[in-house]
Amino acid sequence: MPLSGFSLALDRFGALFVVITAVVGICAMVFRLGYAGHGLASRTASCILPLFVTTLLLVPAASNVTTFLFLWELMAITSLFLVLTDHGHRSEVQVAGQWYAVMTQLGAAALILGLVLLATRAGSQSFAVIALRSAHMPEWVRSTAFVLAVVGFGSKAGAVPLHVWLPRAHPEAPGPVSALMSAAMVNLGVYGIVRVGMGLLGGGPAWWWLLVMFLGAVSAMFGSLHSATSRDLKRLLAYSTTDNVGLMLLGVGASGLFASTGHRTLAIVALVAALLHVVFHAVFKGSLFLSASSVQQATGSTDLDELGGLLQRMPVSGPIFLVGGLAIAALPPFCGFVSEWLLLQSMLHGLPSSNVTIAVAMPVGVGVLALTGGLTAFTFAKAIGIGLLGLPRTERADRAGEVRCSMWTGAGLLAALCLVFGVAPSLVIPAVVDSAGTVMRLHPTGALTHGWQIGLPGVPGMLAPGLLALGLIVCTGLVALTRRLVQHSPVRLTEAWGCGRELQTARMEYTATSFGEPLTRVFEDVLNPSRDIDASHVAESRYYTEAAVIHTSLEDAFERHLYRPADRGLQRWGAVARRVPNGSVHRYLAFGLVALIIVLVVLA
Amino acid sequence: MSTGWPPASMAAISLLQVILVMLGGPLLLGLMRKVRCRMEGRVGPPIRQPLLDLRKLARRERTRPEHTSWVFPLAPVVLVATTLVVAAIAPLLATDPAFGWSADLFAVVFLFLLGSVSLALGALDTGTAFGGMGASRAMTIGALAEPALLVAILALSVPAHSSNLPTIITRSLAHPAWLATPQRVLALVAFVIVIIAESGRLPVDNPMTHLELTMIHEALVLEYAGPDLALVKLAESMRLVVLFTLLADLFLPWGIATSPGPSHLAVALVATAGKVAVLGTAVAAFEVTVAKLRLFRVPELLAGAFVLAILAVLSALVVP
Repeated sequence: MPLSGFSLALDRFGALFVVITAVVGICAMVFRLGYAGHGLASRTASCILPLFVTTLLLVPAASNVTTFLFLWELMAITSLFLVLTDHGHRSEVQVAGQWYAVMTQLGAAALILGLVLLATRAGSQSFAVIALRSAHMPEWVRSTAFVLAVVGFGSKAGAVPLHVWLPRAHPEAPGPVSALMSAAMVNLGVYGIVRVGMGLLGGGPAWWWLLVMFLGAVSAMFGSLHSATSRDLKRLLAYSTTDNVGLMLLGVGASGLFASTGHRTLAIVALVAALLHVVFHAVFKGSLFLSASSVQQATGSTDLDELGGLLQRMPVSGPIFLVGGLAIAALPPFCGFVSEWLLLQSMLHGLPSSNVTIAVAMPVGVGVLALTGGLTAFTFAKAIGIGLLGLPRTERADRAGEVRCSMWTGAGLLAALCLVFGVAPSLVIPAVVDSAGTVMRLHPTGALTHGWQIGLPGVPGMLAPGLLALGLIVCTGLVALTRRLVQHSPVRLTEAWGCGRELQTARMEYTATSFGEPLTRVFEDVLNPSRDIDASHVAESRYYTEAAVIHTSLEDAFERHLYRPADRGLQRWGAVARRVPNGSVHRYLAFGLVALIIVLVVLA
Repeated sequence: MSTGWPPASMAAISLLQVILVMLGGPLLLGLMRKVRCRMEGRVGPPIRQPLLDLRKLARRERTRPEHTSWVFPLAPVVLVATTLVVAAIAPLLATDPAFGWSADLFAVVFLFLLGSVSLALGALDTGTAFGGMGASRAMTIGALAEPALLVAILALSVPAHSSNLPTIITRSLAHPAWLATPQRVLALVAFVIVIIAESGRLPVDNPMTHLELTMIHEALVLEYAGPDLALVKLAESMRLVVLFTLLADLFLPWGIATSPGPSHLAVALVATAGKVAVLGTAVAAFEVTVAKLRLFRVPELLAGAFVLAILAVLSALVVP
């Protein structure tokens, strides 16, 4: 029976991820109704997209190893097909597909090894049985399985250094697909690490979680730095996914660390913060990716240096992107603020503990969180300010119009959720607390929500997101009204000051590259930008330049220093290995003989 | 959390704080200008000059560059609104204004960040080189100041077991010995550096320059005129006075009203005004003696503040 080992069971932890995927899926499908880009209308893509969403919904419900791996692979393969939908038109798509295929299969290999190791040791492939027996397994088995799971799930989540497929696959995939991948599929990487580390293995020594925190911190900083300096909108969003996954892993790691040192309440709080960030990230990143695709459909480009002035030309999609951008930058009254606040609180309250590891890890965690927070605000000030505001930089951007109604409805639903969850996070927090308690098998000792407020059990002071939102709205209204009252004449339209030049053109404007330039200079040692100046001189004198062109580029350090050398090594090894089987039957017979002798020697 | 103060008096305190901040901000700027002029051997404009300037600007015509969207006129309003919210809930005069239980230090930081981001967006909306330049520089400095700021907050929150502002202040009043610990001193220095960077004072930004290549804040607001410019100027002075008051209350909390009576409030008003005036004078005097840093030296300053803040947290663990 091919499906005899197929077993599904949904607990509250898995259910959280199913609900997230369902919400993002519905919005992406509504968006897709009006979306006609990237060959998504082809028959193959139309068949595979529902299958992909189905696997996304089923993975968190898998309750044994075979089912899980089967669904996981199905998810990887269907998403690969979807990334490749436009391969006929652009060669970048094929390259992106190769990167994605290699990274996801490397991850899958690590996962198969880890989960099979656990299943054989437990004598059963059922997750429930593994969870019961894992406590009695030898330490090396548990640790090996955990590290393999972190590698496997980390590659799906896009954690550094396994993130390289994200900035390549996301810009090339069709809009709804990148939204689904970034807002729903990437979450499953975090799901897997929590499910294996806390669910199946029931927590572990501090170094496991320090490893997770370290990966999270590096991902958050690397991702935010690259998204701050990217000029392609979708690439920027892809790197910001790495950044946000880093924050989630930081929370998960802190939670495991607290659990391993016996701080049960804090462990729940940190995990709730991480899972809340998963929920909110799905909401804002979904709306951002979908509205970025609307921009792409309207202007034919995602290069920020070719956009501009879109807020006035796209009166619905523009504000949707604005809301998503403010939410991801953790600004009140939108949702990203709440999860970052909770993450900061869990780290703050972990500090007075006597444990030295925690005492050192938490301030560093707060520093990382703060730097990524600042960089994210920078990034989205750039994305919104250069992409949506100012003057259009190209003819196409100037002629751009609003996209079809179904497209902005899909993105707009998610943007509305950004505001709803930001004002009233207590709508989701109890469900997230339940879900975190289920996977950690702990009962929360105190509620995190008190009516509309959120606060930590036993700690004075709370956050009142609804109140802050109300205060902001009332004050904004009052100030605007006052300005209206003192104003005695209508607003006069003027020319912007440009040091006396005649006409304001888009060429005078800052571009995404120039906006990011100070930051690129500050982090020159990390980013290592390359800069090339081509100058041609007039014939009469070398001192006069006829034309000058400057090329700047920023390559991913991991791609350059880790993956390219590895790729070259593999190619070389392949070339050597290809010389061995040269087609001669005699040589193959000799191989057989040698192999037989070796087998006999080993058996003897 | 409530200390049982009558709600009416808490609301009155909030309102009083908002009014005092709106008046006190421009006066503080006037005082700082006066100090600077006197030290340079000039007479200087009267202290109430910034208030007069605001009145003058408010009466002028509103202008708006063509091509701008609704973001441009909205940005100064949001900037003022964020500062007003902070002024209403933060414990500036008394430890328990209305909704003081929600005055979380991290929330205050994110509210200020919202104001900065909206102003940067307003500047980018003009589509001029100056707007982009100011926005880019201001956001770069803001992003780099964030780690030092949040870790310094962490250092203050650890002994109080809370990042709630009234809690930190009441607990430091109860344990005065905390104020002299190394972590307080280190956190204080980090805070001062960050506040100077965030409020665009020397040596990070020169609020008086209009030289294209060096200006940061002035480039951001170059296109605003009339009432809009008045709002921006009001907001920046309010922010300065809120930050100075918070600094004074966090590191030298005596004088803040711990119970709601009018006499307590009067004492608190005098004490707070005195502390802020001393701080303002000190900063102005310091500004006379330094030159503006090159833009690319500022990150080093902020990195230094971050290291101090980390040391503050670590020493908080060594010396509890």
